Amino acid sequence: MKKAKLNNNNVLLLITIVLFAAMYLAGCIVYAGKGFTRLQTFLNILIGNAGLISVTCGMTCVMLTGGIDISVGSLVALDCMMMAVGVEKMGMGSPVLMVFILIVGVVFGAVQGFCIAYLEIQPFIVTMAGMFFARGMTAVLSTQQISITSDALFTKLAGTKIEFPFGGYVNTKGILQVPYIRVTVVVALLVVLATFFLLNYTRFGRSIYAVGGNQQSAALMGLDVKKTQLKTYILCSFLTSIGGICFCLNTMNGTVGQATGLEMSAISSAVIGGTLLTGGVGNVFGSLFGVLINGTISSLVQTNGKLISSWANIVTAILLCFFILLQAVFAKVKERNK
Amino acid sequence: MENDVVLKMQGICMTFPGVKALDHAGLTLKKGEIRALMGENGAGKSTIIKCLTGVNKFEAGEIYLDGFEGPITNRDTMDAQSKGISTVYQEVNLCPNLSVAENIYIGRAPLTKFRTVDRKQMNARAKKLMEELDLNIDVTANLENYSLALQQMIAIARAIDMDCKVLILDEPTSSLDDREVEKLFQVMLNLKKKGVGIIFVTHFLEQVYAVCDGITVLRNGQLVGEYTVEELPRVQLVAAMMGKDFDDLASIKPEGGEIGKDAPLVIDAKGLSHAGTIKPFDLEIREGEVVGLTGLLGSGRSELARAIYGADRSQTGTLKVKGKEAHIKEPIDAMNLGMGLLPDDRKAEGIIGDLSVRENIILAMQAKLGALHKIPMAKQIELADQFIEMLQIKTASRETMIRQLSGGNQQKVILARWLATNPDFLILDEPTRGIDIGTKTEIQKLVVKLAGEGKSVIFISSEIEEMLRTCNRMAVLRDGAKVGEISGDEMTQEGVMHAIAGGDSNE
Repeated sequence: MKKAKLNNNNVLLLITIVLFAAMYLAGCIVYAGKGFTRLQTFLNILIGNAGLISVTCGMTCVMLTGGIDISVGSLVALDCMMMAVGVEKMGMGSPVLMVFILIVGVVFGAVQGFCIAYLEIQPFIVTMAGMFFARGMTAVLSTQQISITSDALFTKLAGTKIEFPFGGYVNTKGILQVPYIRVTVVVALLVVLATFFLLNYTRFGRSIYAVGGNQQSAALMGLDVKKTQLKTYILCSFLTSIGGICFCLNTMNGTVGQATGLEMSAISSAVIGGTLLTGGVGNVFGSLFGVLINGTISSLVQTNGKLISSWANIVTAILLCFFILLQAVFAKVKERNK
Repeated sequence: MENDVVLKMQGICMTFPGVKALDHAGLTLKKGEIRALMGENGAGKSTIIKCLTGVNKFEAGEIYLDGFEGPITNRDTMDAQSKGISTVYQEVNLCPNLSVAENIYIGRAPLTKFRTVDRKQMNARAKKLMEELDLNIDVTANLENYSLALQQMIAIARAIDMDCKVLILDEPTSSLDDREVEKLFQVMLNLKKKGVGIIFVTHFLEQVYAVCDGITVLRNGQLVGEYTVEELPRVQLVAAMMGKDFDDLASIKPEGGEIGKDAPLVIDAKGLSHAGTIKPFDLEIREGEVVGLTGLLGSGRSELARAIYGADRSQTGTLKVKGKEAHIKEPIDAMNLGMGLLPDDRKAEGIIGDLSVRENIILAMQAKLGALHKIPMAKQIELADQFIEMLQIKTASRETMIRQLSGGNQQKVILARWLATNPDFLILDEPTRGIDIGTKTEIQKLVVKLAGEGKSVIFISSEIEEMLRTCNRMAVLRDGAKVGEISGDEMTQEGVMHAIAGGDSNE
């Protein structure tokens, strides 16, 4: 009666990847003279978005359950501020602070997750409260911009370049430029791999998909829906905190206005990467490419030099519409084939 | 507890808002026994099962389970499963976005030595399990790629793969065709041999007598009695369920049989089709005529009806309604032409669970009038009461949320919704599926009565007998195409079966 066909979800991921490749290729052709073809340009996109990648992984998990977490941007700001205040004002060591930041993330996620799963409050409302709370706490810690300079280890981590043995070029001054990535990129990519593994090869991960697919069915199949939701929000805030540390390593300061709108970047990256807002469908690799697409757009606008940066937002908006439209079309096709 | 008893429930009481759902109900199940749980809609069958599986919390009573000292309580479904009580629900409760194998094993997937899900082993086991059920399907494909019937079989596979002492099948056959039902019975008998106790909830009397050893009858939340099959012949079973003498169904056959050719055409479809679901077909329906659509599950019965109604837009052909060419783009156009459709999947397409009975009844009427012409409350109440009375909808009040009603009563509410719009032409897709025999008769009588008032009806049902009783004429479908019509003397059980099977010259 039914014939097996190419899985729509894979098609979405494929489109995302193809789109990224096409966009990047177009950039390479148009801006070849401005160094877009250099490996480092691509690596810079990774470096610049390392924090966002980790945050988006967490967001993807939450969205897979059918939820949303809009507190992530504020939490990243809080993480950076805690790091800055801890190092500069209290003289604490960065390793201790990192552990502390991760613990704060877990507790933060646990409170949000508890409200959503067990008190059955709308995720949007709960995490909006979380968003205001985290941003508020950031301001309570300090309203000043604090640069992180006095922690040797942290500065070293931020400054470390992991160099590639190939792909270098000689710049105009005749010095060999070797392509490199930062520690944060390694962390972010490890987070992607770990999340992929968690989602696909653990019972918890599969429960996330089941809850997002059909919550009632998941419960009737004997899955603990509430516990799964709680754990997912904890996971999201935890990954956000890892992202927060990466973000801090990039910016090396804490300020109230930091990472404003990061939650929206994370959501849009996940959607462009093929995650359904209704839950149950999505993949962290898609989300990674979602971040890369967003990063490429910004990079293209920057490379152009003449365009104002708002053009990046406009292109993202168009892409978002395109992907949501695409998902709707697929849903329609699926319905019709039933 | 006696030696061979695996499950004993006694004195179970439970109240829903305004309704005493269970009043000292009970059930006893022996090892290796298949026990039918029978009762009309609202008798408490689903409720008692939900009490057993931990979905509902009951107020009084005890549950004893083999291997456990004293009464047990199940916190939730997982808890019940871990004690050996597995359930397959009437509506498929699986996740469409996961693979078949995962749907079978989720929550208890085999793990590798690194505590990760062992997909290879899981798929292999699922494959083997499906093969035991004679189903050769790709277990790695997502569930949503398969038909409802297959999904049901997968749900059963999930339940039987768990080491269960008690297997509950809550109307598992309502979406299966005969061949699949036969397969299910084989599986049930195999499990019985292994000593599993099976509680089988069904509305098909034939199935009870085909496969069950015992029958437990509930009525109005109370235990009527527990019998062996031999003790309780059909007529007495029906009497026990209804609490009154059985009104012979055969007596409702409409008089006159065929409608004369002079009656005006209400529907005149020529060459309508919908890609992928139904091939081009012609269909004429006259005023006051009940036309049955018959065929196996998935033969295109519903799809034909949906093409006429515009729920699936037809890409070819023409449709004349009352002699005038109609261009139906979406259901509201059909409604304005005086059509009504009662969909077969009432959970997904019919009821709006969080609205009250009254609101569900006036829904279609309000949609037809448009949102600006709000029906006055007094009128709404009058209409709601009228239909609750007329269709004998069992509800605590007209303001009760519809999801608290039993399946059959929900079906009646949807029927009331369409009757309220006073349609000239009604499509009833499985209006009696999953509802009890008493209500079935009422609905059948209602259909005949509506036809008598000059309304035309398309009646779709999997039960041939029911169709023979209510229809003037039947269209036969096979593999997504209309292959013939039967009327007059051919309208017998054998005639219809023959036509469906495709061995005759009607093509």
